[in-house]
Amino acid sequence: MTPVAQPPIPVKNNSQSMDNGCTPMTQATFNEELSTNGSRVMLDTTKIIKDFPILSRQLDGKRLVYLDNAATSQKPASVINALSHYYQYYNANIHRGLHTLSEEATIAFEGTREKVRDFIDAPSEKQIIFTRNATEAINLVVNSWGKHNVGEGDEIVISALEHHSNFVTWQQLALEKGATLRFIELTEDGRIDVEHAAKVINSKTKIVAISQMSNVLGSITPVEEIVRLARKNGSLVLLDGAQGVPHLATSVQKLDVDFLVFSFHKMLGPTGVGVLYGRAELLEKMPPFLYGGDMISSVHRDRTKFNEIPWKFEAGTPNIADVIASGAALDYLNDLGMEAVRNHEIGITEYALARLEDFGGLTIYGPRDANLKGGVVSFNLSDIHPHDLGQLLNESGVAIRAGHHCCQPLMNDLKVSGTARASFYVYNTKDDVDVFISALTEARRVFGHVSCR
Amino acid sequence: MSLADDLYRETILDHYHNPRNHGIIDNPSAKVEGVNPLCGDELTLYLTVENGTVVDVKLEAKGCSINTASGSMMTEAVVGKSVDEATDIINKFKSMMLDKNQSELDLPEEMEDLEALQGVKKYPVRIKCALLPWNTLIEGLESVGQQK
Repeated sequence: MTPVAQPPIPVKNNSQSMDNGCTPMTQATFNEELSTNGSRVMLDTTKIIKDFPILSRQLDGKRLVYLDNAATSQKPASVINALSHYYQYYNANIHRGLHTLSEEATIAFEGTREKVRDFIDAPSEKQIIFTRNATEAINLVVNSWGKHNVGEGDEIVISALEHHSNFVTWQQLALEKGATLRFIELTEDGRIDVEHAAKVINSKTKIVAISQMSNVLGSITPVEEIVRLARKNGSLVLLDGAQGVPHLATSVQKLDVDFLVFSFHKMLGPTGVGVLYGRAELLEKMPPFLYGGDMISSVHRDRTKFNEIPWKFEAGTPNIADVIASGAALDYLNDLGMEAVRNHEIGITEYALARLEDFGGLTIYGPRDANLKGGVVSFNLSDIHPHDLGQLLNESGVAIRAGHHCCQPLMNDLKVSGTARASFYVYNTKDDVDVFISALTEARRVFGHVSCR
Repeated sequence: MSLADDLYRETILDHYHNPRNHGIIDNPSAKVEGVNPLCGDELTLYLTVENGTVVDVKLEAKGCSINTASGSMMTEAVVGKSVDEATDIINKFKSMMLDKNQSELDLPEEMEDLEALQGVKKYPVRIKCALLPWNTLIEGLESVGQQK
C-alpha cells in the first residue's frame, strides 16, 4: 500500500472554477499603495473579506466583527467548496480502493500531507501525521513516546503560560511516572523568561514542551534559545504550534524541534484536523498510539506487524474530507504569503494596542510591543467581569472571547478569574478595531450606571 | 428592549457593585464550594442553620455580574427564613429561570429584586451563572440536613 503523493488536482481546479464569486488569491492581493500602516504593508482586506461568506452576516442589523480567531478562524469559500466537492464528486474511503473515486480521494488526502510538509518545511511527508486536533497530537506523543521514555526522577519542563492541552497531558504523565513537572516562568510583561529557562532545563530534563505563541498573552516564544538549552542537556523539544503556525512562517528544520503540533481550524481550515510532525528516527521507534485498521501492514491470529510511518499512527478511517479541505486552507495562506500575514497582524495589533492604551481604565496583559507578540490582546476593564464584557460587546456585533482561555494556572498567576480577549487574522481591519473600541465605550457606559462603593 | 434593559438592570448592577452578605462565617453549619467549570466562576457559600432556621448565609464569589447579583439577592431572600421556606423560595426561583412558560415569580414584596433576574432567561448561556449560588445553597442545606 503506497499512497500516491500528488497534488489533489480535482479539488483545486474545482474550487477555483466554482461559481462562488471569489477570485483565486495571488500575491497581488496585498496592495502596497492602498493599504499601509505607516511603512507597513497590509493585506488587501477588501478583497479577502469577499472570500469569507460568514463575514457578510449581520447580527441584529450590525456587521459581524469577528475577533475570536485564537479560538477558531473563519473559513474561505475555497475551503467550504473543497469539502462539498469531495462529498459530491469523489467521496470514497482512501488507500485500499481500486476504483476511481478511492484513487482520487487518496491522491487528494495524501496531497494535503505533502502541502503540510512544504508549509512547515519538514524533510519528508512521512513525518506528517494527521490527528483530530493539536490536543490529540500532544496526547499521541505523551502516550507513545512519553510512557516509554519518561521515568521516576526524570523531569518534564513546560512554561507557566501553557494551554491545558500542553499542561494537563504532561502533568498526568509526570504523576503516573513519578517524574517532576517543572515550569519556565514569565517575565513581567508575560514573555517566556529565557534566563529562568536556563535554570530549569537540566540533564534530568527529558522533554521541553512549550507553546510557540501564547493564546492569552500573544507572547512569541524564542524557540531557538529554548532548543539550544534543550540540546545542551540532551532533552527533546515539543513545540505547541496551535497559535503559532497559523500566524508565523514556521520551519521545523530551522527551529530544529523534535515535535510540532498544530490544528487546522485555527488557520482557515475545517475543525477535526490536527497535525503531528515528528523527527523521523523518533517516530520510527515510537509504538502506535491507537490500534486498528490502516495502521497495520499484516495481521495474524497471534501477532500484528504495524504499518510504516506516518500510517502507523493513523488508525481507522481518517477525517478524509476535512484533511482535503485543509489543503485548500494552506493554498489560501500560501497565496497570501505567511510573511504578509505576519506583517498584517503586527499592523492591526499595533493599532489595537494604541487604541486600548488610549481608552484608559484597562489592564492589558502580555507584551505591549506588537513585534514580540501575535495578534492577541487580553485585557480587563475596571471591575467589569470578562463574561459581562463579552456579552455587551456581542450587542454591537463584536465577537470576542472571555474567560480563562483553557489557561487556569496562568489566570492564577495573573491573579484574575479570567480576561477578555480580542484576536485578529487576515480579514480583520482597523475599522474592526474601531467598532470594538466603540463597543467597549458602550460597555463602560452601561456598567457606569451604578457607582462602586 | 436592549441588553442593558434586559440583563444589566440597575438592580442587578447595584447588587453586583455592592453585594450583600459578602464574606465568610466562622464555624458555619456548612461550607460549600460551587464551580462553573465552563467559565471558571467560583464561589464559596457559608451557611448557618439553627433550630430549623437559616440564620446566616455569606458568599465569597469571583464571578460575573449575573452570578454575583443572583447570589447577593439570594442571601437577602433566604436569611431569617425556615429551611422549608428557604427551600420553597429556591424551588420557585429555579422554576422561574428554567421553566419557559413561567414568567411571574410569586414572592413577597421584599424579594422583588429577584424578578430583575428574569431578563437572564433571554440569554440561555447565562442562566447557569444565575443558578450557581442557588445550586450551591441546595448542597449546603442538604449537607446540614444530613448532619442531623
